Amino acid sequence: MTRLSPSAKSIALHVGVVLLLLALNVLLPEYHRGVLARVLVLAVFAMGYNLAFGYTGLLSLGHAMFFAAGLYGAGLTVYHLEWSVWPAFATGLVAGTALALVVGFLALRTTGVAFMIVTLMFAQVFYLTTLYFTTYTRGEEGLVLPQAARVLAFPGGVLNLSDPSTRYLVALALFALVLAVTLFLARAPFGRSLVAIRENEERMRMLGYDVFANKLASVVLSGLVCAAAGAAYAVLFGYVGSGFAAIQYSILPLLWVLVGGAATTLGPLIGTLFMFYVIDTASSYTTAHLLVVGLVLIGVILFFPKGIAGTVRERWLPWLP
Amino acid sequence: MAAVSPLLVTRDLCRAFGGLRAVDGVDFSLPEGETHAIIGPNGAGKTTFVSLICGRITPTSGSVVFDGREVSRMPAHRRVRAGIAYTFQITSVFANLTAFDNVALAVQRQLIDARAGGRTAHALAEHGMEALDKVGLAGHADKIAGNLSYGHQRLLEVAMGLALKPRLLILDEPTQGLSDGEIDNFIGLVRQIGEEATVLLIEHNMDVVMALAERITVMEQGRILAQGAPAEIRANEAVQQAYLGG
Ligand SMILES: Nc1ncnc2c1ncn2[C@@H]1O[C@H](COP(=O)(O)OP(=O)(O)OP(=O)(O)O)[C@@H](O)[C@H]1O
Ligand SMILES: [Mg+2]
Repeated sequence: MTRLSPSAKSIALHVGVVLLLLALNVLLPEYHRGVLARVLVLAVFAMGYNLAFGYTGLLSLGHAMFFAAGLYGAGLTVYHLEWSVWPAFATGLVAGTALALVVGFLALRTTGVAFMIVTLMFAQVFYLTTLYFTTYTRGEEGLVLPQAARVLAFPGGVLNLSDPSTRYLVALALFALVLAVTLFLARAPFGRSLVAIRENEERMRMLGYDVFANKLASVVLSGLVCAAAGAAYAVLFGYVGSGFAAIQYSILPLLWVLVGGAATTLGPLIGTLFMFYVIDTASSYTTAHLLVVGLVLIGVILFFPKGIAGTVRERWLPWLP
Repeated sequence: MAAVSPLLVTRDLCRAFGGLRAVDGVDFSLPEGETHAIIGPNGAGKTTFVSLICGRITPTSGSVVFDGREVSRMPAHRRVRAGIAYTFQITSVFANLTAFDNVALAVQRQLIDARAGGRTAHALAEHGMEALDKVGLAGHADKIAGNLSYGHQRLLEVAMGLALKPRLLILDEPTQGLSDGEIDNFIGLVRQIGEEATVLLIEHNMDVVMALAERITVMEQGRILAQGAPAEIRANEAVQQAYLGG
């Protein structure tokens, strides 16, 4: 056998992960397949967050607004305007991207703690807006999208998104696409520039890089990916509510990325999956499940200070992207 | 000689920090191709002056003209692309990246600007290794920059500056913290750089200054105290009193 180059190894690994996830569609019992479909969509959210936080070093506390912009962009147009899934999904993407452009343009004038606060405030405004327009959004209670509307039309036929297997496969397709984009970016000049900005912004400026423009591009791309996750969530699971715009949905992707490994391609999936099952398992045994979750998190940080994938890369597999 | 317009001109350049006039009405002109040293006591305003030239700091008033273009309001990254490279007084490398990756970031920028068809890994490797080779770090390409010795980190900074292929290279106390042997090599390196680029060198080590500079500017309290060829500066009484210690 010939030895594989680092990039061949990493491509093989990523293809392997996607194939494994594909096989799980038929191998997993119904309950767990449902969980995993949800995890895949939320992992896309985490991957979007990872672009800004992990690669570029922008600690945002407001990414719920981008997820929710996608969610509402798709959900409201399906519910109120009776749009079909494709244009509704596209509306979600446009809403999230436009919001990221505006918020990024304003928030990136600040750094560090100020950036955290500004993004938090923007997200809070977004959240309160969804409550203010309760007539259309039904606030926390939310909207349930009719099953009949959740079909994806193709030239050859239609896909029924409320069917568990279809739903899983569509979630996986989106996940695989975003994974491929992240992998490509991490090795492209743009991705390397983002990491270098995270490491030493002043040096990058004095190498002739437009730091603001690069950061803005990162936030917009991050917002687009998060909005894609939100829009997919709306049409796959048929529920759209203000809860997704609230502060905990800004904290969760941060947690998922930290646990899985910031600035790694697979970390967001690992972190999301891990946290989902820790909470799921803990709450089936005890009502004090948050205590268990807290203890597990402390354990992870002690033994995997750079997150699971990040620490594996540091200790054993330096080629891991 | 015909009046060739200089590469760099500053006119009445000022920068105040609160009440402190760090740079105070400096008129300065640098012909293309010259290796020019700026000396002066600590706090004289040398770093601030070159920071105004490269755009890290904006002037309170006055103008900076580079290659016939007014650049004093131009953001730093665009001045770098116009051909002004700056190496920091306080070493500033990407500590977590390898030496090669540090230089590659400079090469990548340069290739993008040159619209080189070869924005390939090959061109990156070639130009990156070339710059590392010039400063004698080719053997350390795969080492993490933060683990390099202090002297090597300084050289890495110079390699990043070189990889940008600048017209004006500003070196801010590059020999600070280098051993005597390293300083000798460094003098050779700057001579070589000086054949292709204009060099503006801030330096406290007078041996280095005398070995390299074609002309010297002495700064004190934000102003130019004296300017001239090394021999003139050495003979200048005001300079001796203010700086060379009588
Ligand atoms: N960002 C700043 N804010 C306030 N004061 C500053 C700032 N930068 C420099 N100064 C002050 O301006 C004066 C000139 O500083 P500068 O760093 O330009 O001196 P220098 O000639 O480079 O000195 P050294 O030889 O020590 O590097 C000093 O008194 C310094 O304290
Ligand atoms: Mg200085």
